[in-house]
Parts: sequence; structure tokens; C-alpha cells
Amino acid sequence: MNDGPYPHSAGQVPVLRLGDVLLVTVQGDLYDSTAQRLQDDIGAGVAAGGVTGVVIDISGVEVVDSFLARVLAEIAAGSALLAARTVVSGMRPAVAITLVELGLTLPGLETALDTEAALALLSRGTGGTFREPR
Amino acid sequence: MPEQEAAEQYGTPAREVGEFLRRRRAQIAQRWADESLFRTVFTVSRDEAVESGLAVVEALAAVADGGRVQDSDAAGFDVVRERLARMGASRSRAGLSTARVSTEVDALRPPAEDLLVADLPDAPERVVRDCVTTLTVLMGTLRLVVLETVLSEGQELIERQRLQLLEVATPVIELWDGVVAVPLIGTLDSARSQVVMESLLEAIVDQRARFAILDITGVPTVDSLVAQHLMKTVAAARLMGAECVVSGIRPAIAQTIVHLGLDLGTVVTRASLADALAYALRESDTGRASAGPGGSGRP
Amino acid sequence: METSTGVGADLPIRSDTDLMWVRQHVRQAAAQLGFGLVAQTKLVTAASELARNTLVHGGGGRMESAPLGQGRARGLRLSFHDEGPGIPDPERALTDGYTSGGGLGMGLGGARRLVHEFSIDSAPGRGTTVTVVSWAAAPPRPREES
Repeated sequence: MNDGPYPHSAGQVPVLRLGDVLLVTVQGDLYDSTAQRLQDDIGAGVAAGGVTGVVIDISGVEVVDSFLARVLAEIAAGSALLAARTVVSGMRPAVAITLVELGLTLPGLETALDTEAALALLSRGTGGTFREPR
Repeated sequence: MPEQEAAEQYGTPAREVGEFLRRRRAQIAQRWADESLFRTVFTVSRDEAVESGLAVVEALAAVADGGRVQDSDAAGFDVVRERLARMGASRSRAGLSTARVSTEVDALRPPAEDLLVADLPDAPERVVRDCVTTLTVLMGTLRLVVLETVLSEGQELIERQRLQLLEVATPVIELWDGVVAVPLIGTLDSARSQVVMESLLEAIVDQRARFAILDITGVPTVDSLVAQHLMKTVAAARLMGAECVVSGIRPAIAQTIVHLGLDLGTVVTRASLADALAYALRESDTGRASAGPGGSGRP
Repeated sequence: METSTGVGADLPIRSDTDLMWVRQHVRQAAAQLGFGLVAQTKLVTAASELARNTLVHGGGGRMESAPLGQGRARGLRLSFHDEGPGIPDPERALTDGYTSGGGLGMGLGGARRLVHEFSIDSAPGRGTTVTVVSWAAAPPRPREES
């Protein structure tokens, strides 16, 4: 991996801990290596214990290709093994349309409109699958 | 041969025509200002027509200098495109047929030709003939440029109107706090489905809507392509954190869907818009604390 | 054409960083040519898939971009070229789920769905060139009535 200078990139995405939830806000374009490092960091955070949920806010992300989609799916799958739920929030319409055209509907991921809705979803306790009416 | 000698003091026909145009630009512009193309566009001021005519003559001279009188892509025609084509387009918008615009552009040639012949009184016949031919070709290219632009303007207009129509035909309405809906009426083609998808997803963000209802009561037929578009919209909404409900599937359409073997799979469907709204409200009641800063908009 | 400055380019694809340059260039070029937001996002995503393909499977290469004009329609052509091992069966490589590592097996086939025109030229030992074209609005119709 080569890491020359790039105008708007961060080498690392900070992972915040709020009570039993890890909160990650991804901004701009990511190096593949940065995305992989984020996956490791979240994995380590969940493994440290006491985490029931992970919220990844991608409202600041303009492009999600199959690589980043895979990273998100793997974060969710990895966290689920340790009994933590992952919610991806704030996906932009253009990104959502593109992912669907790509054929990536990411069925394993829970989603929310924004961070607030994601936290509410987690506090609700149940899974994000929608129930049929009574 | 005296004619041979005489011919030698003249440059190439294109160069001669270029020089002629520059030399006589004022007269040409004056005459053009009286032709119907200029006269009808610049109704307010004749000076404006003359000024516009001057610009076109100068552009033509530049094209002639370059020697590419047949090339509608020659650099000088850019100016013409901007000026004359805009005029042509305004004539065409005024209801004139393309053929009529063509005739009007063609009418610019004779006055220029008369001036050219008058300008070469002592030149050998061959030189005059070559120059007239060159001017004719140049004016022919001019006409082509104008027509090209008029036609593509027309097409752009149609395209623009089509898109406007699409947007008008697909209004996204906020039904309730956190619930948006698109009532679809008429045939869904690929372009329209795209507009529906984009405007619905934008509305989800703008209204912070957790539910989006696609009502297809007014859609006459659903084929596999339409069904696919509906499912894409549902999938994209889900990725954004909203749930999409498809309502108004009439019995005939339900039959078609079964016949085509289409799997609407995970898509939540309801018979009517009212049922879909009831579903959305019940779901948001059982689930979430609040739909956002607006609080609950329920009565 | 003054609006096309900066659209044409020849960028290397040799590293992680180059992928970001490719995405940034395609984003700016598409915006300059008048692509809408969704169309921009689709094309940038396709470019990202193809550039990663060039980097991971082709061992690096380059991307050329060029503006296209057909009447008033504006388009962008992107060519991804590598001197890698090549793909023995390009058709099969376009099917979903085909993968030779990384990703979700959506690289080529997925990218094809995001653009208007797609062509691939590859054979073992000859490297691979993938060329895609997208138009700012709907692609120009092949025939136009006058």
C-alpha cells in the first residue's frame, strides 16, 4: 500500500464510545486501507466488551463501491458474532440507488435515516425487521 | 494569355471572398437587415439588426480566410451559431417550419452575391465564377449550421418538456408526519421510474420520512420491468433507513404478477393507499419514540 | 470546447491513493459535463470498481478519460488498461458472483450496470482493457428524425 498525500482524506476514522454503543462518523472518500483499519478498530472495540450496538453514519460519504459495501457487511457480521447490532445511518439517495443498481442490497445490514434514528432503533431492542400488523 | 495574367493578381477564391466580405461588410449588413430573417427578429431596432448582420459577415470572412468554406465545424461558425441560430430558433419557436427558416437563411445569399459581382468588375470571368461558387458554398454551409442548431434546439425543448411533464406527473406528498407517498398515474416507463425513484428518495431525506408509499392504483399494467423498478425503489429506500409500501395493486395486476412469476418477495403490499397509511402509522406507533423534531403530527 | 478542460486525462493506477485520484477526477469531469448527482455517483462508483480491478487483478495500469459530444449530448469515456494476466473468459467474468478475490464478486458485472456502454477486451497474456461510456442525460438515440 502506498500512501502519498491526498487532499481530503483521513488516515483513520475515529470510533467514539457512548455508553454501550460505538459511534462512527465516516466523512469523504476513504483509502481502502483506512476502511480496513476501521473494520479492525470496531472489531477491537466490540471485543473489549460491553458493546451492544454499533452506529456507522455515512451521510458524509459520496461513494460506496463494492469494496466499502463489503467492509460494512463484514463489520455487521463480525459484531453480530459478539452479540452487537450494527446500524448504518444516513446513506444518501444517490448512493442507495447506485448500490441497488450494482446489485448490492445488503440484506444483513440494519439501516436508519440518521444517527438519532439509529440510536432509537438500537434502544428499541428488537431487530430491525419490520413486523406484519397484528 | 491576358486572362491568365489577370487571374494571377487574384488569390484563391476563398481568400478573395474573405477579403470581399470584410471590405463590404457594412453594405452587406445593411442589405441583410432588410431581409425577413433579420427584420422579423429585430423588430425594435434596425441598428441591432445591422449590428448582428455585421457580426455574421465577419464570422463568415474568418471562415473564408481559413479556407474551410464547406466545414460546418470551422471555428468561425461558433459566432454564427450563437447569433444566427438563436434567431433561427426564435423564428422556429414563432411557429415557422424548418423549411421556412431555411428559405429565409437562403434569402441572404442573393444580396451578398450581387455585391460580390459588382465588386469584381475587371476580374476575368473565371475568377468571378469561382468566387461566386465559393460564396454559394459558404452560404450553404451557413444554412446547414443554422438548421442544425434549430433542429437540436427543438429537440432540447422536447426533451425539457418531457422531463417537466415527468416531474409534474409524479408529485411526492407528505401524508403524515414521517410518511410520504407518490400516487402513480399512467404508464411507467424506464425514464419515469427513474424520476419516481429519485424524487421519492429525496423526499425521504427532506421529510425525515420512515415510511414511503408507492401507490400504483392509477397504473394500468405492471410488467416485469416495472416490477423490477418498484423493487429497486423499495431496496434503495431500505438502504436509507426507510420502509417502502406498495399499495393499490388491482386484482388484474395481482394476476399478472402471479402469471409472470414475479417475486415481490420482501416488498410490503397493501390493497389501498388508506391501508398502507394505516400500516405505516401502526408500525411507527409500535416502534419509535419520535419521528423527529416535528414531534408527532397525529391528531 | 471550453467546458471540457480537465475532462481528458491519463491517470496511473498503481496504488490505493491512485484509486482516490481516479474517483476525484471522474467526479469532477462528470460534474463539468453536466451529469446529475445520481449519474455522477453511478459513474464514479463504476470507475472505482474498474480501477480497483485494474490494480488488484491487472497488477496496476492506467485510466484514460475523454469527453464525448454527439450533437448536444455530452458524455464521458473511461478506459482502464492493464498489462496483467488477462481474463480467459471475459463473458463469464461479467456474471455476478464471479470473483478472483476481494469484493463481493460484483466488480465487472456491477460496473456494467452503472454505465450506458461497456466493452471489454482481454485474453490471457495480453492484459485487459475495459472501456465504458456514460451520457449526461439519456444516451443519444442512434437515429434522429428530422
